[in-house]
Amino acid sequence: MESVARSQSTVGPDTALPKDATLIYRQSRWTRLTHWLWAISLFFMLLSGLQIFNARPQLYIGKESGFAYNNTVFAIGAENTANGPRGYTEIFGKRFDTTGVLGWSGPAGRETSRAFPSWATIPSYYDLGTARVVHFFFAWILTTTLVVWLVASLINGHLRRDLVPRIDDLRRLPRDIVDHARLKFHHAREYNTLQKMAYGGVMFVLLPLMIITGLAMSPSMNAVLPFLNDLLGGRQTARTIHFIVMLLLVAFFIIHMLMIFAAGPINELRSIITGWYRTDPPAPGSKTPERSA
Amino acid sequence: MAKFVISRRKFLTSASLGVSGIMLSGCDVFDSQLGVGDGLRSFLEGANGLTWRAQRLLAGDSLAPEFTEADIRQPQRPNGVTAPDDDVYKGLLANNFADWRLEVSGLVEKPLTLTREQLMNMPSRTQITRHDCVEGWSCIAKWTGTPLSLVLDQAVVKPQARYVMFHCLDTIDRSLSGDIKYYGSIDLIDARHPQTILAYGLNGKPLPVENGAPLRVRVERQIGYKMPKYLRKIELVDGFANIGGGKGGYWEDNGYDWYGGI
Repeated sequence: MESVARSQSTVGPDTALPKDATLIYRQSRWTRLTHWLWAISLFFMLLSGLQIFNARPQLYIGKESGFAYNNTVFAIGAENTANGPRGYTEIFGKRFDTTGVLGWSGPAGRETSRAFPSWATIPSYYDLGTARVVHFFFAWILTTTLVVWLVASLINGHLRRDLVPRIDDLRRLPRDIVDHARLKFHHAREYNTLQKMAYGGVMFVLLPLMIITGLAMSPSMNAVLPFLNDLLGGRQTARTIHFIVMLLLVAFFIIHMLMIFAAGPINELRSIITGWYRTDPPAPGSKTPERSA
Repeated sequence: MAKFVISRRKFLTSASLGVSGIMLSGCDVFDSQLGVGDGLRSFLEGANGLTWRAQRLLAGDSLAPEFTEADIRQPQRPNGVTAPDDDVYKGLLANNFADWRLEVSGLVEKPLTLTREQLMNMPSRTQITRHDCVEGWSCIAKWTGTPLSLVLDQAVVKPQARYVMFHCLDTIDRSLSGDIKYYGSIDLIDARHPQTILAYGLNGKPLPVENGAPLRVRVERQIGYKMPKYLRKIELVDGFANIGGGKGGYWEDNGYDWYGGI
C-alpha cells in the first residue's frame, strides 16, 4: 500500500537521477522513526553499558561470581610488569596484551587502569551511578520503540511483506552470499535474504534477548520472573549473555555501515530519512527475481 | 546508469576509518551535562521513577529467589567498609558488642532500645539468597536474622511514617564538615517484606565484622547498597529532607537511584 512505484518525473527535484531510475516509497514513517530511535538509544546504551561493565570488568558463568573458585570466562585488567603497567584481556584463561585500549589507557603519561577506555564510555570519567541513569533511561526508549515498531509493522504489512522469509529467499541465499562478498548489490523494493536474516535476527533475537537478560539482572524482576535466571543459566550467565549480545549488535552495526557505504550511502540514507529509495532498472531480458509488493 | 564503483580495498579502508572516527570522537560533550543536579541528568532520572513504579506494580509481595545449601560455595564477599576504624565501633567490638544497642526512634509510638540478645530472642528467619552488587558481581549466602516487621510492630509505627532510615556506625566518607557515617532508607513496603531481616548470622555463624557485625539489613529484592551494615539506629521518617543530601542514602546522595531494584 505504501510501495507505490513512481517514475522519476513525478517525484520532483532530484535531477541527479538517471532517466531510467525509479524512486519507490520503501520505508514507512514508522520504520524510519523507530530506526533512528534505535540508533540513538543503542548508542547511549552501548557507551553507558561499557561504563557499567568497568565497575566489574569480569564475566562469569553460573548463579554467582566465583571468588573462592574460578568461573570467570572473560576479564579485562591491568598488571605491573618490568616494562611498567600493562593492560590485558583474558578470554577463557588466555591472556592478550591490550595496553592502550583495554585495561590500561589514557593520554600519554596520564594512563589509568580502566577496562574500556574513557573515549568509549558515558560519562568519560568513572561514574557508575550516572551510567546506570543513562542506561535505564534508554532501556525504556529502546523497549518502547521495539513494541511500537512491532505493532506498526504488523499493521502496515512491513513484517509480512519485507521480513518474513519465503522459500524463494532460501533458494537465493547462496547467490546472495556470493553477491555480498563481491559487493554487488541489487537495489530492489524487497530486502534480500541476508538483509532479512540480519534485520530479523536483530529485531526478534538480539533485542529481545538483550531485554530479557537485562531484566534477569534486576533483583526485583527476579522476584517477579524467578524462572528467567534458571532458563538463562543463572544471573551471572545472563550478564555474560547480555555482554555477548552487545558484541553481536556492535558487529551488526559495523556490517550495517559497511553495507551502506558499499551500496551507495546517499540512496540508502535517503530511504531511511525520507522513505524514498532508488531501485535498479530491470536489466533487459533478465530474470531478476523482482516480486510484486 | 552510472554505477557507484569503488574497489573493495578502498571501500574497506575508508569504511573502517569512518567507523573508528565516529568512535574516537568520544562523548566528552555529555560529561558536563551529567553531574548530579544537572539539567540533562535530572531529566534522564525521570526514568528511575518509572522503573520503580513498574517494578512495584509487578513485584507486589513476591519473594526473591532462595537457593539451597549446595549453592553456598564460598564465603560472602564483603564490600564497602569492611573494617570500621571508628572509635565507638572499635570499643563495641572489643567488648563483643555487649554494650551495643539498636535504637528504634522517629515516628513510632514506643521508641525502643534493643540489645543483641533481645533481638536474637525474637522469632528469626533464615534464608539462602543471592547478593547482587551494583558493580555487577553476585554471591550466594545464608542469612539469619529478625524480620524487620517484628521490630516495627513492637515499636508501633505512626501512620504518617513512610520510610525506614538506617543509621550506621561506620564512616563511609570524610568531608569538610566532618565524617559521614553510612545511612540509607527503604519504604515501608520493603521494610515489611517477609525477606527483609536484620541479620546477625551468616552461613550458620555470627555475622563477621567485614559483613557488618553486629547487625546489618537484608533487602533481598534490591541491590547491595540498599543493605546497610554496622546498624545502630532505625528511624521512622516521613521524608529525607533532613538527612544527608536529602535523597535517602549515602549512595543516593552521590548519584545512585533510591530504588535499587535494578
